[in-house]
Amino acid sequence: MIDICGVNKTFTLGDSTVHALNNITLQIGQGEYVSVMGPSGSGKSTLLNMLGLLDRPDSGRYSLNGVDTGTLDENERARLRREQIGFVFQSYHLIARLTARENVEMPLMLAGVPARERHPLVAGILDKLGIAGRAHHLPNQLSGGERQRVAIGRSIVMKPAILLADEPTGNLDSRSGKEVTEILETLNREGITLLVVTHDLSMGERATRRIRMVDGAVDSDLNDEEAA
Amino acid sequence: MRLFDLLRFSLLALRRQRFRSSMLLTAVSLGVAAVIVLTALGEGARGYVLGEFAYLGKDTVVMIPGRKETTGGMPPMTGVAAHAITLEEMEVLQRAVPGITALAPMVLGNGPVSFNARERDSMVIGTTAAFFPLRDLAIAQGSPLPELALGEGMQVAVIGQTLKEALFDSGRAVGQWIRLHDYRFRVVGVLAGTGDSFGADLSEAVFIPVASAQAVFNVHGLFRVMLKVRENHQVETVKSAIEKQMQALHNGDLDVTLISPDAMLSTFDSILRVMTLGVAGIGAISLVVSGILVMNVTLMSVKQRTAEIGLLKALGAPASQVRTLFLTEAGLVAAAGAVLGIVAGQLLVLVGRQLYPDVPFATPAWALWASLALAVGTALLFAWLPAQQAANMEPVDALGKK
Ligand SMILES: Nc1ncnc2c1ncn2[C@@H]1O[C@H](COP(=O)(O)OP(=O)(O)O)[C@@H](O)[C@H]1O
Ligand SMILES: [Mg+2]
Repeated sequence: MIDICGVNKTFTLGDSTVHALNNITLQIGQGEYVSVMGPSGSGKSTLLNMLGLLDRPDSGRYSLNGVDTGTLDENERARLRREQIGFVFQSYHLIARLTARENVEMPLMLAGVPARERHPLVAGILDKLGIAGRAHHLPNQLSGGERQRVAIGRSIVMKPAILLADEPTGNLDSRSGKEVTEILETLNREGITLLVVTHDLSMGERATRRIRMVDGAVDSDLNDEEAA
Repeated sequence: MRLFDLLRFSLLALRRQRFRSSMLLTAVSLGVAAVIVLTALGEGARGYVLGEFAYLGKDTVVMIPGRKETTGGMPPMTGVAAHAITLEEMEVLQRAVPGITALAPMVLGNGPVSFNARERDSMVIGTTAAFFPLRDLAIAQGSPLPELALGEGMQVAVIGQTLKEALFDSGRAVGQWIRLHDYRFRVVGVLAGTGDSFGADLSEAVFIPVASAQAVFNVHGLFRVMLKVRENHQVETVKSAIEKQMQALHNGDLDVTLISPDAMLSTFDSILRVMTLGVAGIGAISLVVSGILVMNVTLMSVKQRTAEIGLLKALGAPASQVRTLFLTEAGLVAAAGAVLGIVAGQLLVLVGRQLYPDVPFATPAWALWASLALAVGTALLFAWLPAQQAANMEPVDALGKK
């Protein structure tokens, strides 16, 4: 479903250029559980942003579900993000003035889903993520783990095919980190394609496919299922 | 996004930046209130002036000494003429011009009017009996000035209601002697009404025969003359007959101005309309200035909420939706500010009406709508640039900002 071929991305800061993605070619199938690890600055976030259509490659081809994303305009890319891709960020990116429920509701609201259809959907997700009791709390009244669960709720409320998580446990203590990891794995078992960027070796090792990046290139790509 | 959600989301955002929102609200409402109050002032002035002249019937002509050479524009209200208009000339006019049915010369003065120990500074109008029907003034007690020959003086006076109360309280005025400078006049009549239709002035005035007034104030020329055109006579025809006669009397100089109320009213009307518009324009400028504030506040808001914009884009909000969000916020504040300004402005107008009951202050309906539309329109226009900036942000860049 994800198919990138010869993708490059360079950043210029002053007079130094950084090759954040160096000729990357990668295929990821429906329902895979992939971890992306590597030293910081190796291009993991850049790769994830590229896959999430938040960023455009300088060169190379990226097709998502058979659609060549290079030919899409910004509106069409926004539509793909809305319908196919969920994001989970290290820093949660919750809207501070909205309650947990409203944050989860946000994508539905933007998509114009009427309130009476939104509410049961959101209630079900909050329940599943174990934060039903926190529905009416503002983000600053929630613990880190709870905040990340709200963010996960928001990322899946549109039932995307792909979930991209950039260091989702980076700001969490090990116990909440483990809980969040388990939630993501449950979602993966239910069919979502999961890509997790992580620094946490024990979390990374749990993935069925483990990609290691160094200096913007794929250094290793281990797949349990292929091996098995 | 549904309208309700859009409004709710914007209101929450506005509440979050309370200080900025209320600053904007204040600026916009001040601008709108300015438009409301200024147009009410303009309209009030217009209504007041028109009301002041409305008592002059369509068949009335006013003659003023002096002549303005250029045509159009304001007639000379205090013109100094080479030749004064005299009572003797008025006698000639009455005899020689067939279309005149009534003629009321006026001499205007000011002086201390007293009865016993009470004294008031009053306007003194020297005129004739014809003045009262011409100005549509009714007599409440006694009688109007007696019918006299134009040059004949007499020590009689009619006084206005307010002056009567000031000098006599509820006592009887008719038959009493009042003093004006070194002259004494017997009150023969009291005007009806306290002057709500013609302003407070006449109800505070003293009316004496024109020849007596000339003696009291030692003046020869007339301040102005009101003439009534006979039925079935063309006002314009009579006007030019009078002009011709006056020119002949003044050695060939046409140095008087004749005004018919129709012409005067339309001149005043257009002048005052322009004034209202000008004054409304001043208010509108303050609204446009508040637009610059809208732009700054929206710009600040966009800067501060960059990460949120990134998130919205990551969630799949297209550029147009991001723009709409910021425009809605600006539009909402402007609309709320406008409503507030309209309410505040109308309250001020009401207070003005209480303070000056004679002046019909009223904001015209167009000013309400125009100020609302201008406030919201300006806000949207000025918010467009920053909103567009937000809409065009690259999602990855926006997300990265804190
Ligand atoms: N917007 C940017 N401008 C300039 N350089 C950037 C930008 N984003 C990333 N980079 C650089 O690209 C490289 C890869 O960054 P990133 O993908 O964030 O690494 P990782 O997530 O693996 O730590 C780094 O050297 C980083 O400094
Ligand atoms: Mg990173």
